[in-house]
Amino acid sequence: MIPTLSIDELSIRFSHRAGTIEAVDRLSLKIAPAECVGIVGESGSGKTQVFMAAMGLLAGNAEVSGSVRFEGSELLGAEPSTLNRVRGSKITMIFQDPMTSLTPHLKIGTQLAEVMVSHLGMPWRDARASAGRMLDRVQVPESKRRLNQYPHELSGGMRQRVMIAMSLLCEPSLVIADEPTTALDVTVQAQIIELLRAVRGESGVALALISHDLAVVAGLADRILVMYAGRIVEDASAQELFRRPRHPYTAELLKCIPSISGPRPLRLPTLVGQPPRPAEVLEACPFAPRCSRAADRCRIERPQLTGPATGQVACHFPLA
Amino acid sequence: MSDPLLRVRDLCVDFGANPAIRGVNFDLSAGETVGLVGESGSGKSTLARAILRLLQPVRGRVEFLGMDLLRCSGAALRAHRRDLQIVFQDPLASLNPRMTVGEAIGEPLQIFEPRLTAGDRVRRVSAMLERVGLGAGMAGRYPHEFSGGQCQRVGIARAMILSPKLLICDEAVSSLDVSIQGQIVNLLLDLQRESAMAVLFISHNLAVVRYLSHRVLVIYLGRLVEVALCDALFATPKHPYTRALLAAVPQLPSATAAPAAPMVHAAPAVPAPSAASAVPVLPAEPIRPARLMASGCAYRDRCPYVLPICETKDPPLLEASAGHWVACHRSQETLIPLSFA
Amino acid sequence: MGAFADEAARRLKSNPAAVMALGVTCAIIVLTLIGPWISPNDVQTLDWLHIAASPGAQSSHWFGTDRLGRDLFVRTLAGTRVSLAIGLAASAVSLLVGVTYGAIAGYIGGRTDHLMMRLIEILTGLPLIFFVIFLTVIFGRSEYLLFFAIGAVGWLTMARIVRGQTLSVRQMEFIEAAIASGASTGRIILRHVVPNVIGPVIVYATLTVPQIILLESFLSFLGLGIQEPGASLGTLIAEGAAEMEAAPWILLAPGGFLAILLLCLNIFGDGLRDALDVKDR
Repeated sequence: MIPTLSIDELSIRFSHRAGTIEAVDRLSLKIAPAECVGIVGESGSGKTQVFMAAMGLLAGNAEVSGSVRFEGSELLGAEPSTLNRVRGSKITMIFQDPMTSLTPHLKIGTQLAEVMVSHLGMPWRDARASAGRMLDRVQVPESKRRLNQYPHELSGGMRQRVMIAMSLLCEPSLVIADEPTTALDVTVQAQIIELLRAVRGESGVALALISHDLAVVAGLADRILVMYAGRIVEDASAQELFRRPRHPYTAELLKCIPSISGPRPLRLPTLVGQPPRPAEVLEACPFAPRCSRAADRCRIERPQLTGPATGQVACHFPLA
Repeated sequence: MSDPLLRVRDLCVDFGANPAIRGVNFDLSAGETVGLVGESGSGKSTLARAILRLLQPVRGRVEFLGMDLLRCSGAALRAHRRDLQIVFQDPLASLNPRMTVGEAIGEPLQIFEPRLTAGDRVRRVSAMLERVGLGAGMAGRYPHEFSGGQCQRVGIARAMILSPKLLICDEAVSSLDVSIQGQIVNLLLDLQRESAMAVLFISHNLAVVRYLSHRVLVIYLGRLVEVALCDALFATPKHPYTRALLAAVPQLPSATAAPAAPMVHAAPAVPAPSAASAVPVLPAEPIRPARLMASGCAYRDRCPYVLPICETKDPPLLEASAGHWVACHRSQETLIPLSFA
Repeated sequence: MGAFADEAARRLKSNPAAVMALGVTCAIIVLTLIGPWISPNDVQTLDWLHIAASPGAQSSHWFGTDRLGRDLFVRTLAGTRVSLAIGLAASAVSLLVGVTYGAIAGYIGGRTDHLMMRLIEILTGLPLIFFVIFLTVIFGRSEYLLFFAIGAVGWLTMARIVRGQTLSVRQMEFIEAAIASGASTGRIILRHVVPNVIGPVIVYATLTVPQIILLESFLSFLGLGIQEPGASLGTLIAEGAAEMEAAPWILLAPGGFLAILLLCLNIFGDGLRDALDVKDR
């Protein structure tokens, strides 16, 4: 079975006047059809850049190497016309900030219909009708009225629903959601997570959920990839990751997350130091400076992702 | 029982026609950390700015160390500023890009202790830099050379250098990575323990507030809807909004059982968070703007327990049990949910 | 400020046109200063033997002489000196007045800003030439009148620019932080607002110099300003224009200097703007 998305040895470098920045370092991952994969990482982990590369949205000064295949066909370096056929219809993206990702001067109905008109060749009237139905499906109340409104007339949560609707219009195989709930209030976030779960259930679309919030990802993902300094350090099923994290970073990160229930610790657990600046990483484990288990080997040899298909970890001395 | 450090009474702030803060009352004592939780549009940041008189409220009193900050002269206000400091949300934006970090931290000293020699000032700035974990050698650097977490330490150093009596943290850790937010939170706690400083910690992140606070205030559309000791609020939230907030927080699978022991209800209106499929589809955002809801409970559009009285009468903040205040007409009842869309 | 100045200097150095323009300007300045020493001639001496002589190596008049026999080389340099002095001095004054006025108006806002801006609009609407003629009629021609007239209008656009910049800086969080720290209004304007608006201000100031030189030249050309025997580029050009057909060099020398000076100052100003306008700091 061809994986929906297959990334091999992807490296992304940005050339700056101050030097070169390695945002992503020889990363490989696969997303199977209808699978929901959570990609978790903090600042500098490179999690967004990986998928920007897949969508061909990287900044002009980026140098990319490796391969990104969508349903078998190579996306990197593809002709703009090929890319445009696939982007927005078969592989779509939901961004973090619903305020800036919708065009402010066009009505919602127009923006939604336009997607279908340009990708599927549908006539405008049919496209608007489909758009209205899709708004119902994503639980936007009074969908007829909303079609005629402008983005600024909608609340943040509503706009995000519109983005989700837009991403589903052409029945994509893969939806990439980049921090879809980060800019939203927690009550709205809960509803959007619900919506994404419902959508997955109904349509069987594969979902790549990028977030810095493990709890958000926990509610949705089948499998979770933990990224650190441009590399994947752990790849496990959702249950396994939380029950038995194998990478020291994952384990520490889980401890750092405060909870609204359970006992209150005296001091909030934290990691010392900070994530490495992207320019600093070399042939070593990027987490070694902050790891309590680090040994000499960690400082000179880069750990590779190893393990069974159910759970892989890139660590010389994993926890389990 | 000594007088509270800060007394806010009947504070009202309008932005043009929109009421942003409507009649807020609370006290803050020395050494206490009070968490203020609310979502966007709740007015929590506006409240911070009103207390500091960075904007002018329409009505109300803010008594700090006995003096009403809203009515005193500009000079008296500035004099009090040394004891009332704030750490902002965006660490980089709150620092002047054209000033070195040392100059920024030293500026309060220049303002309030002008007789200090340059050498003494440098010594105190260096000591403060060390105290926040940055190292005295960083004084000559510019803000853009630091990471977010480091900039926030600079902001804290600047706020703390005159040992203020009250520190307001406005979403101070919200823009930081989870793995380092603990560094800042622990630093704040250490500094507080050393100096018996009072802290008003404003955040939308309930878990962090729970960790830090002695008492918690919940604000919704400019009104305080619940005030309680921290443990009481998280264990037995009484206002429907608080319960909705707590239920909506996504939980890690390894967390122990449902946070909110349900109120004495026939059936839980808001189910345990792990049963994610049963979140009621109530409007998650205010439907009507605040100005149209001049009377009646601000939460009535989203509340599963709404009654006719909620439309007309604004519930006062009343003490439901010892030290636990709720603004809800039904806070004393055994509640059965009325609607579940 | 150090780090930004270094960065800007580096970018400026990598701009060949700007560097060359700066070089030529400096060369002209140096020439105007040392000119009187290297030439045997004098500004005022009338050389009866060489009236309206064309430039040539046989006489000591390298740029020729004018209708009265005065050496054009020295006179042109003197005129350039005067024009540059007025240009730089008036620019400095307009910089100081404009920045102060604009920063105060922009920061304080409200009615004060309203009134201050209305004043600027009134002054902008003033027809400058009529104003200067009117003053000349009352007070007679003089350099001081010229300076006053230029000074009255030179700072207007600067004030507008600074006010605009101040309005956007005022919204920034570090200003709020400064207020919360107890800083007084004066301190905030001086230490927080001005350093953050200085970028566009410096660029505009550099571009103001050629504008003022041109304005002065124009006024002097019209006869409202520097008087005989004093010389500025404007008066020299006026003289040259009168003799244009018979003795074109009388026009070409000062005209050429003016053109080169304006060109170089403008190119340098553009280069400076590019160097300081760093969005991706």
